[in-house]
Amino acid sequence: MSSGYNFAYLDEPTKRMLRRSLLKAVAIPGYQVPFASREMPLPFGWGTGGIQVTAAILGRDDRLKVIDQGADDTTNAVSIRDFFAKTAGVATTLSTRDATVIQTRHRIPETPLQHGQIMVFQVPIPEPLRWLEPRETETRRMHAFADYGAMHLKLYEDVARYGRITTAYDYPVLVAGRYLMRPSPIPRFDNPKLDASPALMLFGAGREKRIYAVPPYTSVKSLDFEDHPFTIESWDRPCARCGAADSYLDEIITDDRGGRRFVCSDTDHCNQRLDAKEKAA
Amino acid sequence: MLEGSGFEDPVHDAQRSFRALLNVLSEPGTIATLPQIDAPSLPAAAAAIALTLTDRDAPAWLDPSFAAAAQWLRFFAGAPIVTDLREASFVFAPAASRPQLAALAQGDPAYPDRSATLVLTVAALSNDPGWRLSGPGINGTRDLSVKGIDLDFLADWHDNRARFPRGVDVLLVAGDRVAGLPRTVQIEPVHIGESACMSR
Repeated sequence: MSSGYNFAYLDEPTKRMLRRSLLKAVAIPGYQVPFASREMPLPFGWGTGGIQVTAAILGRDDRLKVIDQGADDTTNAVSIRDFFAKTAGVATTLSTRDATVIQTRHRIPETPLQHGQIMVFQVPIPEPLRWLEPRETETRRMHAFADYGAMHLKLYEDVARYGRITTAYDYPVLVAGRYLMRPSPIPRFDNPKLDASPALMLFGAGREKRIYAVPPYTSVKSLDFEDHPFTIESWDRPCARCGAADSYLDEIITDDRGGRRFVCSDTDHCNQRLDAKEKAA
Repeated sequence: MLEGSGFEDPVHDAQRSFRALLNVLSEPGTIATLPQIDAPSLPAAAAAIALTLTDRDAPAWLDPSFAAAAQWLRFFAGAPIVTDLREASFVFAPAASRPQLAALAQGDPAYPDRSATLVLTVAALSNDPGWRLSGPGINGTRDLSVKGIDLDFLADWHDNRARFPRGVDVLLVAGDRVAGLPRTVQIEPVHIGESACMSR
């Protein structure tokens, strides 16, 4: 742990501001609370919202896991994990099961989350209606009146044009039957894991200066139509490393002759399955 | 002579205290214990909440019975003390002389987060039957028993819920213990036999 920083980098008045916003966020599930996002020692777009939320909640006894697209060993994940090891001296882990706080970019782990765990999502664009209505004053009004017809229309236009809803990630959800929310760019595959999860879900958007939350055991419904129900992605082959048939797979190009393989995007899940197999053998 | 004290370990006590508040508000009806704080007239948990969340950007309103805490709050939290209820981010009051929920800042339909949090001191908190809570953060229902709160509170709470997404969030405090009532939570009185009649 390096000296010269306050615990977890941020100063105490900033943490208090973030903490007040976080408490209002859990009290109004899915609603975007504005907060005074700070400059961080890395650019907006690199997870500054998630980092500020993590800094505001982190304590000495926490064990932090950071994933980027499911992987613990990519640049963004390694840097953020090192950042908190350095500025807060907290224990870090690669294991989903052992972590108390999991900061994530674009995935929810395959290992089921437990009661008491906190997920922190890095969010690029928090407003689900932004591409349908560019004015913040107008989207605020739409949320105030739960006027979400435009989003249903967008999904309907997908159905009319392609015969199915084509949104593959950041698929819009309705939280506790009231607020329309962007789940951050997680694949559609992860949406069902949000519904009634035993873990607390916190979302931070640094550039856009918004925080929102889903408390544990809260209904999170992916928008759909009776005759075009919400579905998740599936693959016609299992993971090439661990053989999992029920996890989200990344396509890896292996050569320049069209060779490819599909492996788990969640590295911890894949490695644990491999270890278990080795032990059994 | 200034009475009372602040957090022994300001950074980590505030963090521990905040995580407890995050827990009780994200899982309504659960009860947490906050760090022991010595503040004139304020119960320990109310004082810990004040130190954790109020500052120059989050003004507080103190019930006259907590007037002795004003100087302590100004010194240890740097929070302005307001006399107009509607200007307060945090309102501290004992259940016996509590303000109506509708008298506090409710937020705006477009910005419902600009609403007050009421810190209400009660006689005792436990998870015995009394109120049955349900809503976001609760897997099914959770029992919460609150001693020393007026029967009108439930009607007041019902109206508060009807204003959703506007509305007030409540932290119930007894000694060093705290429970949370975010504006989403539904409260039903539990009738035990026929003697404990909760009707008004």
